[in-house]
Amino acid sequence: MQLYLPIAEVSVNAFALLGLGGIVGLLSGMFGVGGGFLITPLLMFIGVPSTVAVATGANQVVASSVSGVLAHLRRRTVDFRMGWVLLSGGMLGAAAGIWVFDMLRRAGQVDLLVQLSYVLFLGLIGALMFQESLRAITRARTPGAKPRRAHQHFLVHRLPLKVKFRTSGLYISVIPPVLVGASVGFLAAVMGVGGGFIMVPAMIYLLGMPTKVVIGTSLFQIVFVTAFTTLMHAVTARSVDMLLAVVLIVGGVIGAQAGTQLGLRLKAEQLRVLLAVLVLAVCFKIALDLLLRPDELYSLTVGRLP
Amino acid sequence: MIRLLLLLLLLLAALPARAEEVVAGLSHQRIALTANFDGSEIMVYGAVKRDQPAPEGPLEVIVTVEGPSTPVTVRRKSRVFGIWVNTESVVISRAPSFYAIATTAPFSEILSDTENLRHQISIPRAIRAVGIAAAEDAPGFTEALVRIRQAEGHYHLDENTVGLAEATLFRADFVLPANLVEGDYRVRIFLTRGGAVVDLLEETILVRKEGLERFLYNLAQDQPLVYGTLALALAVVAALMASAAFRFFRL
Repeated sequence: MQLYLPIAEVSVNAFALLGLGGIVGLLSGMFGVGGGFLITPLLMFIGVPSTVAVATGANQVVASSVSGVLAHLRRRTVDFRMGWVLLSGGMLGAAAGIWVFDMLRRAGQVDLLVQLSYVLFLGLIGALMFQESLRAITRARTPGAKPRRAHQHFLVHRLPLKVKFRTSGLYISVIPPVLVGASVGFLAAVMGVGGGFIMVPAMIYLLGMPTKVVIGTSLFQIVFVTAFTTLMHAVTARSVDMLLAVVLIVGGVIGAQAGTQLGLRLKAEQLRVLLAVLVLAVCFKIALDLLLRPDELYSLTVGRLP
Repeated sequence: MIRLLLLLLLLLAALPARAEEVVAGLSHQRIALTANFDGSEIMVYGAVKRDQPAPEGPLEVIVTVEGPSTPVTVRRKSRVFGIWVNTESVVISRAPSFYAIATTAPFSEILSDTENLRHQISIPRAIRAVGIAAAEDAPGFTEALVRIRQAEGHYHLDENTVGLAEATLFRADFVLPANLVEGDYRVRIFLTRGGAVVDLLEETILVRKEGLERFLYNLAQDQPLVYGTLALALAVVAALMASAAFRFFRL
């Protein structure tokens, strides 16, 4: 069954889309990521224009992170104070990202920006995660290895404007969380992702937050940042395709539940290695597109250069 | 009196174009782009009306279907620091979003260049690329436009596909792709003899988004803030419902 998308103005197979949403949902359920970093490139791959793919990807992340944050609220693993601080930075970053995105869209370089940021961040995060999880696996295998120190003093303890974050058990300056939030917000706008895959390592390694509150808090912040980005894309570029989003969300919701069940049967270290491999594979595919000579050097955009 | 008759005869002789007249109809006057739109077929059928015996030489038919025209920016990639980046661009002032030609015989044999120029029938003629000659390698960009749109199935030249019986009845079939742009599609039917256009007829097909597609598109264009809010509300409601449903099943 073909589905004509009113905003993207392309006709795609409804079951292929549902399957796409399902697979991304499955992975997000397994790994606890929003899945935006997979859905945007996959949509572009099936012929959806990149502006629509980014904006609709953000809309899909709203749905998947709302259902994620609900589960964490029930378990009381959301640090609200940290969430609001991250969010204030996130909004600034997202606004800047939307502005840059719109400017480059006019200049015809938006594909390049999206692809480059994907290669850069997926490569970086994938490599870091891969190395870290391999180390965790070897540490688990060698008995009597030294456990990591629970509390380390970083730069975050020396900056001014210190605040108590009771749920996280931290007493740190608000400047680093605001900066982390801003950079993730920027990327969310540019890449159509929630940024969980950047936010989570940043919260653990840069801010020193305990792992149990990290995912809930990052999801809490992601809900608002992606909602804001979706709205901004809808207003500046009119590029949110509601029909596309609905199909993706339905597929994603079903996939996410299956993924959660599957994830419970695997060990955490194994999951992280798998996620790292997945992230690196997406990064590699996009990098190849940039590096290899394309089959068609020309591309068309309907409309005039401003 | 005799003078008047002579004048009338002369006038009739001077109007060979009206000696053969085309009448035609379309299988669809209107195409609705609904959510399950999966492409469409249209048939153009017609006949040649004559009030005197047909002149010498074979009669040929050319039928074109033309989608709404828009300006198109064509960009070319080249290698910068090892990666492929859009570097040059050219704006083509008007190019149809869809253009199909069906003929009874090879195109170049049944239409002269001057007639093609006058009626702008062939694919390169249908694209108005005025003012881009100044750009370096301008023909490369127009060729790329035609090549890409041909590969996507938006531009066609289907020679020998119009059926013509007894030099009078003809029929042409077109397949419109699933990713059709909305607008007024112009259908032109040309009768040619010896490379010259004898008669032509124009018809219009209205292609419109309808139902849900129409509603969503209009809302996104006219009320982007409302549309964006609605998209968000939909996402949140879907997530809440899914979460509730799965909790219910697990208990």
